[in-house]
Amino acid sequence: MTMIFGIPVQALMGQLLVGLINGSFYALLSLGLAVIFGLLRVINFAHGAQYMLGAFTALLLLTMGGVNYWLALILAPLIVGLFGAIIERTMLSRLYKLDHLYGLLFTFGLALAIEGTFRYFYGASGMPYAAPGALTGAVNLGFMFLPIYRGWVVIASLIVCLGVWFLIEKTKLGAYLRAATENPTLVQSFGVNVPLLLTLTYALGAGLAAFAGVLAAPVYQVSPLMGSNLIIIVFAVVVVGGMGSILGAIVTGYLLGVVEGLTKVFYPEASNIVIFVIMAIVLILRPAGLFGKDA
Amino acid sequence: MSGKSEPIATEQIAVHPRSGWIRLALLAVIAAALLLAPQFLYPIFLMKLLAFGLFAAAFNLLLGYTGLLSFGHAAFFGGAAYFTAHAVKVWGWPPEAGILLGVLGAAALGLVMGAIAIRRQGIYFAMITLALSQMFFFFCLQAGFTHGEDGIQSVPRGRLFGLFDLSDTMTMYYFVLAVFILGLLIIWRFVNSPFGMILKSIRENEQRAISLGYSVSRYKLGAFVMSAALAGLAGGVKALIFQFATLTDVSWQMSGEVILMTLLGGIGTLAGPVVGAGLVVTLQNYLATSDFPVTIITGVVFMVCVLVFRRGLIGEFFASKLGRKIGFRAEN
Repeated sequence: MTMIFGIPVQALMGQLLVGLINGSFYALLSLGLAVIFGLLRVINFAHGAQYMLGAFTALLLLTMGGVNYWLALILAPLIVGLFGAIIERTMLSRLYKLDHLYGLLFTFGLALAIEGTFRYFYGASGMPYAAPGALTGAVNLGFMFLPIYRGWVVIASLIVCLGVWFLIEKTKLGAYLRAATENPTLVQSFGVNVPLLLTLTYALGAGLAAFAGVLAAPVYQVSPLMGSNLIIIVFAVVVVGGMGSILGAIVTGYLLGVVEGLTKVFYPEASNIVIFVIMAIVLILRPAGLFGKDA
Repeated sequence: MSGKSEPIATEQIAVHPRSGWIRLALLAVIAAALLLAPQFLYPIFLMKLLAFGLFAAAFNLLLGYTGLLSFGHAAFFGGAAYFTAHAVKVWGWPPEAGILLGVLGAAALGLVMGAIAIRRQGIYFAMITLALSQMFFFFCLQAGFTHGEDGIQSVPRGRLFGLFDLSDTMTMYYFVLAVFILGLLIIWRFVNSPFGMILKSIRENEQRAISLGYSVSRYKLGAFVMSAALAGLAGGVKALIFQFATLTDVSWQMSGEVILMTLLGGIGTLAGPVVGAGLVVTLQNYLATSDFPVTIITGVVFMVCVLVFRRGLIGEFFASKLGRKIGFRAEN
């Protein structure tokens, strides 16, 4: 058996893949957080709950309406995005003129309420969601077996991340968004409907979280609490990356996922906390984060 | 939290000429109620209320008077509970020494976490404290002395100063009450000291405080450690009340709960967090027997508080005509 640093290649590659998959979710979620924060200046604590909502929507669409995975991958983000838009319009938008901490507290309450409701109706245990037939099985890469669905997760998240990056950095709508981030009053005076832009942005962020949730459903179990511990890790990812840059959020997400996977190989006891440790080190050396612009 | 919230009504209300006496009488009534309460209500419930009241008041020292939202106070509360429980049960320390260890341990944790977290402000500060306390949670999950999922169980209460047998529920109650009053007095003294005034100035305008020559980060760290130590006091006492220390007390849900208590009662008031803690604990007690999850109610109360009720109960009372007549002042 081939060994690298005294570790079998299969184990190393296996954990690297697990890390890459976790990294895909970190990247998708921290991207959504960064997009929302960039324009709304709200840290969306409900992001984990929206991720869970995405997975649940896919599951319920399947069990109640017989909607398959591929359609759910499009429908669930739309439904959760709409839900997000309603929340933003009716409640969250009232808090913009206050201290930003109120937005954090509001979305924290929202997350508790959503997760509590689902736990009440569906219990705390996980429910399986089968991967679509086309993506089951595995391919032999020579040095290891790659389950096809896991490969798909990495590719799908990469495509979506790059798509969002393109939308924000290269399109006209994205230019409005970036301009509104810089100076909302001025952009509004040019006749751009900034409040609508804010609603759309929140819906986009929520939709991204839901997309990640649908992707995650066949990998992890669908459970009401699947997002609540994840979101704290994603917060750490966002602090490490700095919220100034979209690309920074994506890169940091993948990077930390891989680091976490490798830690599982070399020092498993620390794999739960390695991201937090990195966060602490980055804060000491570079408080603005790796890609952050603000001091 | 610094000030862009709604302005306080400015119309003059004449303070009642004997407002000082009225407030003193109010205090006397509360003191009497606390002394007599265990005759009418379940003492363990009352002690839980006092412990969480102190915890929330300690948390408010940071949020209300310094403007720093910590999302990681469970680490100090639950950490101290572990330290106290371990010292009393495994090392056989007397209760007062065990609690002191809890306080010192929480203060040390606060020093480390605070030193890292104050490098960023506002929303980042909240996220960093949350992440660091989650790190501590995983540490507690894996460390040997905490016994993982089981926690430290059947912790003996021991004899206070070798004199008072705390296994007697009434003795324990009056001990907890004494600690509670001591803790609130410390907070009151701290807030009204020159140090506390500087903290308020940092809350109102950090840049100006810097320009006046104050070493803002040192003051913030001081407040953070103080708040952590007092949260540790509450946690250590809690370990003795319930005679166990578990992961629940270090979880992020606990950090969220203490924020809710403070928000519900009134940020930046001395009595507010205590009242908020009382309400939340009562609610939990009431719902403990039903299978309806508390988190739904907690979450909705959170949202309502943030949307329409930001001053909290005591804050609203202070800002009301009656409150101002008695001579209370509402903070923004």
